[in-house]
Amino acid sequence: MSEDFNNNKIIHAQSSETIGGASGSPDMDYVRPAETGDQDLYHGHSFITKWIFCQDAKVIGVQYFLLATFTGIIGLILSWLMRLQLGFPGLAGFMTAEHYYQFVTMHGMIMVVYFLTALFLGGFGNYLIPLMCGARDMVFPYLNMISFWMFFIAVGVLLASFFVPGGPTGSGWTLYPPQSILEGTPGSGWGILLMCLSLILFVAGFTMGGLNYLITVLQARTRGMTLMRMPLTVWGIFTATVLAMLAFPALLVGSLMMSLDKVLGTSFFMPTILKAGEVLEYGGGSPILFQHLFWFFGHPEVYIVALPAFGIISDLISVHARKNIFGYRMMVWAIVGIGALSFFVWAHHMYVSGMNPWFGFFFATTTLIIAVPTAMKVYNWILTLWRGNIRLNTVMLWCLGFIVTFVNGGITGIFLGNVTVDVPLSDTYFVIAHFHMVMGIAPLMVIMGAVYHWFPLVAGKFLDEKLGKWHFWLTFLGAYSIYFPMHYLGFIGVPRRYFEMYDSPYVTSAVGMNEFISIAAFIVGAAQFILIFNIIKTLKTGKPAGHNPWKACSLEWLTPSVPPEHGNWGDRLPVVHRWAYDYSVPGAKEDFITQTTPPSEVANTEVEKT
Amino acid sequence: MHPGIIFFLVILGSLLFHIFTPWYWTDIASNWGSMDDTITLTFWVGGGVFIAVCLFMIYCVFKFSYKEDRKAEYKPEDKKLEKILTWATTLGVVALLAPGLVIWNQYVNVPKNAIEIDVMAWQWGWQYRLPGKDGKLGTTKVININDENPFGIILEDPNGKDDILIQSDTIHLKNNKPVKILLRSVDVLHNWYVPQFRAKMDAVPGVITYYWFEPNKVGEYEVLCAEYCGVGHYAMRGRVFVKNEEDYAKWLDEQETFSDLVAKQKKLEFNKTELAKK
Repeated sequence: MSEDFNNNKIIHAQSSETIGGASGSPDMDYVRPAETGDQDLYHGHSFITKWIFCQDAKVIGVQYFLLATFTGIIGLILSWLMRLQLGFPGLAGFMTAEHYYQFVTMHGMIMVVYFLTALFLGGFGNYLIPLMCGARDMVFPYLNMISFWMFFIAVGVLLASFFVPGGPTGSGWTLYPPQSILEGTPGSGWGILLMCLSLILFVAGFTMGGLNYLITVLQARTRGMTLMRMPLTVWGIFTATVLAMLAFPALLVGSLMMSLDKVLGTSFFMPTILKAGEVLEYGGGSPILFQHLFWFFGHPEVYIVALPAFGIISDLISVHARKNIFGYRMMVWAIVGIGALSFFVWAHHMYVSGMNPWFGFFFATTTLIIAVPTAMKVYNWILTLWRGNIRLNTVMLWCLGFIVTFVNGGITGIFLGNVTVDVPLSDTYFVIAHFHMVMGIAPLMVIMGAVYHWFPLVAGKFLDEKLGKWHFWLTFLGAYSIYFPMHYLGFIGVPRRYFEMYDSPYVTSAVGMNEFISIAAFIVGAAQFILIFNIIKTLKTGKPAGHNPWKACSLEWLTPSVPPEHGNWGDRLPVVHRWAYDYSVPGAKEDFITQTTPPSEVANTEVEKT
Repeated sequence: MHPGIIFFLVILGSLLFHIFTPWYWTDIASNWGSMDDTITLTFWVGGGVFIAVCLFMIYCVFKFSYKEDRKAEYKPEDKKLEKILTWATTLGVVALLAPGLVIWNQYVNVPKNAIEIDVMAWQWGWQYRLPGKDGKLGTTKVININDENPFGIILEDPNGKDDILIQSDTIHLKNNKPVKILLRSVDVLHNWYVPQFRAKMDAVPGVITYYWFEPNKVGEYEVLCAEYCGVGHYAMRGRVFVKNEEDYAKWLDEQETFSDLVAKQKKLEFNKTELAKK
């Protein structure tokens, strides 16, 4: 009896669904039968149904990835133009203040929504969820296809605003009314309306994709894939999608109400306004209401980007450190907990907005509480490295770069979240430095790591390691030297969104730093094209990767063909017997046991968690 | 080069940059030194965590880099360690949050003896109004604003009659005397911000917002708009002179009150009609 009790602690290679049976017998491999039959898919036959209006989540994922990258490159070019003005004012003769503010706005909105969100959820979500859950495809492939094309139209509308009278909106990515819809802000006519329309289309399209991600995770997992066996990537994307479903509606109504204020003359966000000596026909609205709606979306949005990044980085670290992710359950609950808390912190963006200052107490407290689960995740990443067997390849370098930039940006977040400290720093370059470090560079490190990691799956070939290392070091060192010193501009008090500082006495010392930052920004931007070159080169001449080249445990590497075909799994769906992190299990022949390996095949190992 | 060395140099560089940086606080000129202290505290705690985490990571990279014949440790969880780390982090967070909240409490509660200043913002400029002898500002309305009544003071309000109007982007403050900045805007969001005073708050059309500080260094300072307000945002500057008591009183004496302005305008009007009659 007491022996049985001890066996609860270390289950000798038994799956949790096992119903008795002696060690080594096939009974121990029992997994509950599927509750529904296999899914039948629509197979495209023509070029158009296979590659353009395609219903295969993998193709849709790649489409999302490519379109998001394309808009990301536009965002990158806009950032170059901004840095040109800030580092070397007057050098670009065409640059007026109007242009500058339009570039700032479009850069921000593109990078946050159309690049990062679309890339993490639309790109990685579509490609990885069905594969990692052992599904043949998303549950609603047709809706999934429409989701991408809605995104396509949203991007089209957004970019069209560059060509309308007045150009794109220059109201800052936060689009705060009243200025966003009044003269005096560039693009306050067509520009802002197209921005609102584009966001509405994006949200509609994203909802279609999001429902797919959620229901696929909840309903279409293969036999044996319990929730607590899912890779953290899926947990991250899943939770982020829940956040998106709840947060995007706030952005949608905000955009809609602002469009009405602009077009129909309603006054949701518009108080009595005196402009150029005339009282406008607005009255009674509240500009702060928009800020609440915006940040009720905007703060969860940060975690919509961060949670998939957390999930992906956990998997990359675990695979390349040849060690299970430390504290898996803690990691899952941290993702869910951060997700839930992220809905109670939005007004920390508004400490000095003029809302009731007593809110500061509440939101500072909730914001700092979120630091605890976030810190736990960081500890678990570095504890995964501890006593691992770390492959120092390009993927791992991106992971290490992520840890450094994320911890740095997370800690400056504690500065800004702590209401008193925020007062002198808000609206200065400290804020710019903070959020670029934590939700620009850190997620970018994850994206790049993920690209180098999963490219052998998507294309069947290894990306070039040497080019990859150049890409990493230029990006990491360059980006760090952009944003680390930038915090100190904030200490001086340099305000953000200034087209020019003139000769303000206390910022003349910052001229040299601005030049340095700009040059670093040009280099980091240019370094990204190394990846594009690397991809083209690899597709032409790269060496084939074969099956499961990284020796990973999770399902996406276990498809019968590489790259996986439509339907993913050939004749039979995989059956899952364990979690996704059985690396370096004592007693096992190799340093990994795939999720589909039945316990009877590795009977002598000491598996602690199944 | 081993990547661990480069990462180590990055962390070392960050630390040295922080110690030797020529870019740091603009010298403080108000009572909010406690804000700087909270930041310094956060630097110690947060910076310590940053360095510790990164050094631990670098150590792991050196010590546990890949060897064919070694196997990683197999240890999915360590409840005790996770518990210790959770509580240690919570403690650190509380230590940072508590002083922050105490100072915020001071920030939102204005001392009774503070002088109220009405700071009015528009695209793109500032003007100021000080209470007269009664120590009270008159109430205002946006629709009342016109050439004769540049601040939109409600004429029936007796408190407004002796208000001191400063139709300029330059304001003078008395040294060592707390001021309550009452912010309003007639069009879009603005923010009256002087880096040396540390404090700031948005001016929001439709409502009056406030913050307070006590200037404690005589001198001249630049006012910046710190909330994006359209294409002229970067040029929306103002000026503050902090003066000692005598100089301040002298300056205050030279300023015009609302009744002065009304009287002047009446006289002007009267002259005009006289002229027309003739």
